[in-house]
Amino acid sequence: MRIAKQAGFYVLLGLVLIFFTFPLYWIVASSFKERADVISSVPKLVPFVDFTPTTNNYRDIFFRAETTTGEGSTVSASADVSGFRDRLVNSVIITGASTLLAVFFGTLTAYAVSRFTIPLESDLMFFVLSTRMLPPIVVLIPVFVLFNDLGLRDSYFGLILLYTSFNLPFVVWIMKGFFDEIPREYEEAAMMDGYSRFQAIYKIVIPEAIPAMAATAVFSIIVSWNEFVLANFLNRDAASTVPPYLNSIIGVGAVEWGRLAAASVVFVLPVVVFTFLVRNHLLRGVTFGAVRR
Amino acid sequence: MDTTGRGRPRFSWLTDRWLAGLFVSPTLIILLFIAIYPLIWSLSASFTDRTLLSRPDQINSVGFENYVDLLNDNRAWQRFVVTAQIVVPSVLIELLLGFAVAMLLNRKFGGRGVIMTVILIPMMLSPVVVALFWRFMMQGDGILNYYIQALGGQPVLWLSSPSVIPWSVVLVDVWMWTPFMMLIALAGLSAVPKYLYEAAEVDRAGAWFRFRHITLPIVTPLLMIGIIFRTMDAYKMIDTIFVLVGDRGGAGRAAQTAGLYVYDTAIKGFDTGVGSAYGYIMLVVIIALANLLIRQLNKVKG
Repeated sequence: MRIAKQAGFYVLLGLVLIFFTFPLYWIVASSFKERADVISSVPKLVPFVDFTPTTNNYRDIFFRAETTTGEGSTVSASADVSGFRDRLVNSVIITGASTLLAVFFGTLTAYAVSRFTIPLESDLMFFVLSTRMLPPIVVLIPVFVLFNDLGLRDSYFGLILLYTSFNLPFVVWIMKGFFDEIPREYEEAAMMDGYSRFQAIYKIVIPEAIPAMAATAVFSIIVSWNEFVLANFLNRDAASTVPPYLNSIIGVGAVEWGRLAAASVVFVLPVVVFTFLVRNHLLRGVTFGAVRR
Repeated sequence: MDTTGRGRPRFSWLTDRWLAGLFVSPTLIILLFIAIYPLIWSLSASFTDRTLLSRPDQINSVGFENYVDLLNDNRAWQRFVVTAQIVVPSVLIELLLGFAVAMLLNRKFGGRGVIMTVILIPMMLSPVVVALFWRFMMQGDGILNYYIQALGGQPVLWLSSPSVIPWSVVLVDVWMWTPFMMLIALAGLSAVPKYLYEAAEVDRAGAWFRFRHITLPIVTPLLMIGIIFRTMDAYKMIDTIFVLVGDRGGAGRAAQTAGLYVYDTAIKGFDTGVGSAYGYIMLVVIIALANLLIRQLNKVKG
């Protein structure tokens, strides 16, 4: 009975694991396959047994693809992956800058709301949160026209500003919860010793808050890194990021799934690393601090 | 640094009042610019016939015409039906499956930490990557159909049959977001005090009784929070569908949700006035829905 129960548990656990990890495995496996192995109608599951792994796809996405793939076949539009490196750089710049801004301004606001008396404080916090409920598509139309008028389309600054505003509510809510947990006596003791409030903040409070700010930054990074809807319509050329790019290379001609997989793996890898780094804060992070453990 | 010497400490001219203003205003300005300005702009645009590229002198006021047209347009309502067809099954399945997986993982076993983290990866990924790869797996001769046929089934037209497309979207959403529900349910389960179960054991209460009267009441408020988050996100989600079956929601517009309809009207169709009006209808619906759900949450919290 006991053994049957144990076995049942491991069978179920196995099924759950297969469901959630197989697609991930399939991306990684495909990224190491030659074209023929990728599109083979019989799935090639096991490396070295079913297919011989190759790193060609990775070479191709970083260093311009060779113009022929096989016997004189023409290169489809999706085979031109030369833009990947530039898009990756754009993604890093836009994600990095917007995260820094959001964490910086958001932490200041969170501190003020936590410590000072602010008129209409609960209304302010609700307003901050409510901006996250807006469907991005509703924001997109006015922003599109506005950015068009201001010449901010296809610029770093435009998307950085948008992503900063996306992440601000999150940072404010999470950091406020955090500051509420730090006793006020910390700063008050420092101010008794002759620090001004401002000095107390940057010498006492901020060092204390660094770990929380780092975890918050990671969530902010992931949101900006993954964003597609606004990036796809606002930044189409020089300042375009990776997600719209991945979608665009699928659009025309025969899809080079192997290269697409390689690009996806490179793009997703930092997110996986970050997920491991913040795994103990995930719950708080994904619920805006509504659920704590 | 000399802070203890005679004289006032540095920055003491920055009083709390000043600091409060200084710290709050950048956030407020950015959010007003990105949230309030677009809302006002959309509202005023929704009463005009403006297109995406109208010059100011080409824009005419049309009063409530856009709204009246939309409310009388069956296709516009149909988009909300499609949205519900995707949101309701997605959230329900995620809730049940997430809860089941949480029950399964709520015990000690080797490698639990690593397995948990691996299961959580899908929800952190970009919807674009997730949708692209499910698209790859769901192709007519893709891996899903290969195994369905190997097991003796008929191949499924995941991405081309209008009756299947909404379910394909649901499947992708379930894959991506069940971990979220699981995470929340697990937090609830670990909050149930052990002594309650022990007391139930003494009273020889059955498994169902324990579940119904101990586990469920404690976990329900948390699950409600999960439902609220998922419903709001699924309602406004367009990227997964966009990449999975195309920006019109695939064959027969089978998965063209309200959000994609706004995109189709305002951006692709250049009809900004009508698109803005539809966006506002979407907003009213989501606000009503959010209120309803939050009221439910307060009810279960007691």
